[in-house]
Amino acid sequence: MPSTFEYTWDTPVYKGSTSFSTGLYINGKFIDGSNNTTIDVINPTDGKTIASISEGTPKDVDIAVDAAQKAYDTVWGLNCPGNERARLLNKLADLLIEHSDEFAALEALDNGKTFGWAKKADLSMSVDVIRYYAGWADKIHGSTIETSEDKLNYTRHEPIGVVGQIIPWNFPLMMMCWKIGPALATGNTIVLKPSEFTPLTALLAAKLIDEAGFPPGVVNVVNGYGDTVGQAIAEHMHIGKVAFTGSTLVGRKIMVAAAKSNLKNVTLELGGKSPSIIFDDADLDLAVEWAAHGLYFNHGQSCSAGTRIYVHENIYDTFLQKFTEKSMSLKVGDPFGQDTFQGPQVSERQFKRVMDYIESGKQEGATLHLGGHRVGTEGYFITPTIFTDVHPEMRIVREEIFGPVGVILKFKDDDDIIRQANDSVYGLAAGVFTSNVKRAIKTAHALHAGTVWVNCSNTTYANVPFGGYKQSGIGRELGEYALDNYTNVKAIQINLA
Amino acid sequence: MAQPVEISITATGRKVTLPTGLFINNEFVPSVDSSDVIQCLNPATEEVICSVVAGSAADIDRAVAAARAAYNTTWGKNVGPVERARLINRLADLMERDRDVLAELESLNNGKPVRVARDFDIGDSIGCLRYYAGWADKITGQTIEVDNKTKLAFTRHDPIGVCGQIIPWNYPINMWAWKVAPALACGCTIVMKPSELTPLTALKLSELIVEAGFPAGVVNTVASLGSVGGAALAAHPDVDKVAFTGSTVTGRKIMEAAAKSNLKKVSLELGGKSPHLVFESADLEQAANWAALGILYNTGQDCTAGSRLFVQDTIYDKFISILVGKAKEMVVGNGFDEKVSGGPVVSKVQYDKVWSYIESGKQEGATLALGGQKRPGKGFFVDPTIFTDVRPDMKIVRDEIFGPVLSVAKFSTEEEAVKLANDTSYGLGAGLHSKDADQCMRVSSALEAGTVWVNQYNLLYNNVPFGGKKQSGIGRELGSYALDEYTSVKAVHWNFGEKLDWPF
Repeated sequence: MPSTFEYTWDTPVYKGSTSFSTGLYINGKFIDGSNNTTIDVINPTDGKTIASISEGTPKDVDIAVDAAQKAYDTVWGLNCPGNERARLLNKLADLLIEHSDEFAALEALDNGKTFGWAKKADLSMSVDVIRYYAGWADKIHGSTIETSEDKLNYTRHEPIGVVGQIIPWNFPLMMMCWKIGPALATGNTIVLKPSEFTPLTALLAAKLIDEAGFPPGVVNVVNGYGDTVGQAIAEHMHIGKVAFTGSTLVGRKIMVAAAKSNLKNVTLELGGKSPSIIFDDADLDLAVEWAAHGLYFNHGQSCSAGTRIYVHENIYDTFLQKFTEKSMSLKVGDPFGQDTFQGPQVSERQFKRVMDYIESGKQEGATLHLGGHRVGTEGYFITPTIFTDVHPEMRIVREEIFGPVGVILKFKDDDDIIRQANDSVYGLAAGVFTSNVKRAIKTAHALHAGTVWVNCSNTTYANVPFGGYKQSGIGRELGEYALDNYTNVKAIQINLA
Repeated sequence: MAQPVEISITATGRKVTLPTGLFINNEFVPSVDSSDVIQCLNPATEEVICSVVAGSAADIDRAVAAARAAYNTTWGKNVGPVERARLINRLADLMERDRDVLAELESLNNGKPVRVARDFDIGDSIGCLRYYAGWADKITGQTIEVDNKTKLAFTRHDPIGVCGQIIPWNYPINMWAWKVAPALACGCTIVMKPSELTPLTALKLSELIVEAGFPAGVVNTVASLGSVGGAALAAHPDVDKVAFTGSTVTGRKIMEAAAKSNLKKVSLELGGKSPHLVFESADLEQAANWAALGILYNTGQDCTAGSRLFVQDTIYDKFISILVGKAKEMVVGNGFDEKVSGGPVVSKVQYDKVWSYIESGKQEGATLALGGQKRPGKGFFVDPTIFTDVRPDMKIVRDEIFGPVLSVAKFSTEEEAVKLANDTSYGLGAGLHSKDADQCMRVSSALEAGTVWVNQYNLLYNNVPFGGKKQSGIGRELGSYALDEYTSVKAVHWNFGEKLDWPF
């Protein structure tokens, strides 16, 4: 029998408690993993273990796929009308709202982000996304297409069947909702692997999915490691599609596994090294606020973080001064503290990785303009860090760091800045700051990025698509576009002649 | 006047408080210049339920002004789609909560059975609200490539604005939901004129509008005579669009008034004389069930009533005897009686009209296979009536009767059936029963109707569009198509690179 995780908070910003099973959620039940092993869940503020959750294995993936297939064939898929799928998704949204603070606290505990940000950003977007896709469930239209009067040609947008979903640790609950929303709305059943670093909110969500009334087998949550459970999902012969959000490195493996197994459909949402371009006619104070948000939001652990900040030489000094002040004002500390902006990085591994990049920046000759060190002696806290006097070949300029570390570069040429901004294997997002609309539109159109933010940064809406150009990904999430990831188009041609 | 009244529903012992004023700016108020009232009757007992304020043309002005002010400040483009969705979903929740009260009130005023009102009318209405709540943040325009170097072209689907909505008495709550839901989802504000025969549930629902949290002026309800309030809305210079469901005769007047005033957009959902075809391969038992439903549901007071039945000669006698048996099983009575499947017709005027058609059927020589006898006692009851041996020129075959009166004729070939079916100025619904798939496809393609039912009848879904061809209407309700009725497309051509030479 899997253990129950129980936790009580008594903090300045939140008092409350939670309780849920730590088992694998398969076929409507919480069960032990096949090997009866567990994974420890670490609190990144102090490195201590807070929970042990059941570890899934490839065999558990098989069991989950069987359950998902059975549910798809009997009580889900097109056996369940769209408005019923809508009702259940709306019920889940209601439950998320009801448990909103509990989720925010759990996310803060497990991931290290502040309770305030978890509530304001993660929870509100999670609810919005589930509600948004609930609204689509009975609106999955095909087309009737005119060819000639003696033919009836039409399309159906059918669910794919059992889909595999592998989500990251940076926005655990939110990423789960971005995935399950469109998949369930279109009638698919799911085998989902949360990140082994941040499994807790997925388990609480599984409890509520059950409470909402989704039939057993429709959603299955199998915790485990990437190279066991994740790999098993990617190469499974009876999973029709895999959706992955995470590093570009792992994304390649997923795509290779899909190709080698059953050529399952693959969507990937991978890394980025997104440029923020500050032109000399930008509203400087606003640009500073947004550029800081773009860089430091979620401790820099955001795929679309604006980590390369290009500033026009005319305003460079002023911008740098203001940006530095802003960066210094961000309080790093306890996720449950009153004024904390930034908690710890998610894990020891990530902490080391970011610190290694900082070291490489120094070694490659960049100027460490601000920060560059650990905060405190416990946990994985890193102070907001800025490098200047960098050149495009440096690792800190080319590679995704995934921490509160930004590089600031000077530019002077409007045309060349486009070239510089696009000079990356990534293409997830970009930010453009200018008060000249013509320049904003021309620049936005010229950038190789799946999202271009003009005079803002890192804002998302449930109904606006999101995804990457180039090595930042394949496919789009959010908006109507996500539905395409989870449907199979069947064209039916009826000869009436 | 305009004070709430308490109504006692004898059959269930329930007491309902009912607002009787005009609902403008989230308040129930008296008329600004008239002391007229509308008496609401219970058609099963012919007793007066209560009286409500009858709005005047000046009251319509006030309501339109409130709707315009709200459109400019708290609604229209001032409210985001997520908020619109939230409020519409909240309204659906409240209707769900008050389902039983609303069902009893609907039955009291309209006559339909309480369980039908609760499970179908109100159930479908709640679904309709939720369906359109889901659309609110999905109303997208297009971005369109014209010249990549210099231009950005895109469309916006703006709300149309202030909408006048005029609804009928046959499905008061359901027709209210069909109109209110898409209009609100698109960001429009509303002046709703319920039927003067059945305004009570629209007024009760207005209380829920307030409770749900809609800003004042977004939805306004003015009970009024059609010739007063309806006419005023259709002719109003500050109403951007009028949506009307009702008779074709009135629909013409609405369209004319719209043309003469400010060319407001018009959508109309009018009458029908829908054909129901039974081919020889049909499952006769099932076809008879659906045919009975088609003419007897809602006591025949349905714009899509399958009121002209055409049966293939090879199965005619057998089918008719099954059908007459089905019709006889229908229990018509007081809506509060659980055994009852159909109530009275809604009013004395309708009752007299239906009976005059029955008389004309007899006089023009049709054969009465069932019914034709008036009931003694109170209540506007009309029992199922079936005429056979009809000819296409008979009044009962050409005119919409709007009661449980069926005309039946024979046909021998498919071509003849289609020709007979399409021989009408209406084009709202049609049904066909056949096990021959190719025939189903040919005939459904050939029938001139906005909805064609194959091997069924009458049943609608909130996500499938509905509306009429020919003189049955203009525009479509339900489905994604209704959104087109409440949005206005603006194309924006944005130049960021072209310099114009002059002289041209």
